[in-house]
Amino acid sequence: METAVAPRLEVHDVSMRFGGVVALEHASLAARAGEVTCLLGDNGAGKSTLIKIMGGVHPPTSGAYLLDGEVVRFRSPSDALSLGIATVYQDLAMVPLMSVWRNFFLGSEPTTGWGPTRRIDLARCREETRTELASMGIELRDPEQTVGSLSGGERQAVAIARALHFGARVLILDEPTAALGVQQSERVLAHVRTAAERGVAVVLVTHSPHHAFSVGDRFVVLRRGRVVTDEPREALSVDRLTGLMSGASA
Amino acid sequence: MSGRAARVLARPEAAAAVGAVLIWVLFAGLAGPPFRSMAGTASYLNAAAPLGILGVGVALLMIGGEFDLSVGSIVGVSGMSVMLLTTEVGWSVWPAIFATVLLCLLIGFLNGLTVVRTQLPSFIVTLATLFILRGLTIAAARGFTRRTQLGGLDDVAGYDLASYAFGSAPFAGLRVSIAWWLGTAALATWVLLRTPWGNWIFAAGGQAEAARNVGVRVGRVKIGLFMTTAFCACLVGILQAVRFTGADALRGQLQEFYAIIAVVIGGTLLTGGYGSVVGAVFGALIFGMVRQGIVMAGVEADWFQVVLGGMLLLAVFVNRYALVRAQRAS
Repeated sequence: METAVAPRLEVHDVSMRFGGVVALEHASLAARAGEVTCLLGDNGAGKSTLIKIMGGVHPPTSGAYLLDGEVVRFRSPSDALSLGIATVYQDLAMVPLMSVWRNFFLGSEPTTGWGPTRRIDLARCREETRTELASMGIELRDPEQTVGSLSGGERQAVAIARALHFGARVLILDEPTAALGVQQSERVLAHVRTAAERGVAVVLVTHSPHHAFSVGDRFVVLRRGRVVTDEPREALSVDRLTGLMSGASA
Repeated sequence: MSGRAARVLARPEAAAAVGAVLIWVLFAGLAGPPFRSMAGTASYLNAAAPLGILGVGVALLMIGGEFDLSVGSIVGVSGMSVMLLTTEVGWSVWPAIFATVLLCLLIGFLNGLTVVRTQLPSFIVTLATLFILRGLTIAAARGFTRRTQLGGLDDVAGYDLASYAFGSAPFAGLRVSIAWWLGTAALATWVLLRTPWGNWIFAAGGQAEAARNVGVRVGRVKIGLFMTTAFCACLVGILQAVRFTGADALRGQLQEFYAIIAVVIGGTLLTGGYGSVVGAVFGALIFGMVRQGIVMAGVEADWFQVVLGGMLLLAVFVNRYALVRAQRAS
């Protein structure tokens, strides 16, 4: 089934060098609509570099970037965002001192009024924040509360809900379950599944094979900048995935 | 406590508002009727107004995560520019004011551009502009006139209307500068809390990288903030030049520090991302009340600086507590 559906986003044979340091070598990854593609690897394996290429932060030193089968080139993350590729970075997704609704609409504030009286549509912002989060099973006590007062899992949920609300077609999640407890991790993984069920192509970065295997459809393992595995769920098990990551069995 | 009351107390300006009431009560007791009278009220409001106007710009800028130490020097540039363009170049008052505003906006733009492009701390960049602008103001004044204090603006065409707009005291000793202060503060508060720009200002100071990730043009926001701050300083220079019918190349010295103190007393964080313009209004009000109140209470004016420094320290402690509260579940 995986090969039957054309990838929505594909990076093909990309390499990345920072000065003399090779961060990625001939790496490829394809993300398909409605699927969760897990990107695994140890620290320093090149996961961050690869998602920064996908999110438009770095142009790759070499290789192709295809969106819906066509070659695209980004100058900035906002270029990628405007084409529906949303990245949720682990620590840099939200402004902690700002309220939930201000974060939710940051950079895309709906306005009302005309000319110099143009202003944020506060009622709409608060209401839509509340309903979007409710649709993901999060009951907000108050849209005015700061993001800093939310739990780590709730923050990830807000970021995912925001990306979906603004029409993300590709959602790249950078270690969303890192530093979370068991229960919160499970809830975040359920949100990841929800996003895929809504037809989004999800790329989930993690170094936990267990988290990956609980939601993933396809698994890409990076080791020292190279892709060592790219296989569908049917071909793998948690144990084999763990082994692939550490390099015990190749 | 009801939810509404809790929310009001959680606002960044809450402590400064309470502080302003306490300071008023203190001096109403210490200084007695002279402080409570209309004349006394006018005297501290008039003293607070110029600093309050600077505080409006500095508060927005500090919420956006930057400093501007050159505001005092821009006050000097502004007044001297109006004087040189009128008495030396021969323009009438209004074109001189218009050109001065453009000059100050350009200075703010260059401050902002330098900070954004070099990624240097704005503290250092504007410390440099503090000295450069002050030196240029003195040099220009001396170069044109061999003096650093110029007068005679009231002989220039257009002064009467300008005097009405910038120099008058239309009601019971209350100067028109108070209207400029509250007007700019109201406009800035609206922009900060009700427009997309306000959202971007909070984000630029709170977590610039996260703001960029969702497409906010942080550099543009910061340059706009430096220009706003320069505009506020410009306005203060114009108000003072018109009121005193002249300018002094040294006008505005130390105002950059007083403005930062007023803004910090008002609950804005030095590290950016959190604060309010309303708080800065209370901060300037406290500043004005203490400065005039100390004199009216018969205390040596030297004590003013001691009290000011003490209040700054106290405010920083209170702000740190407020920051912890804002991060915690309500």
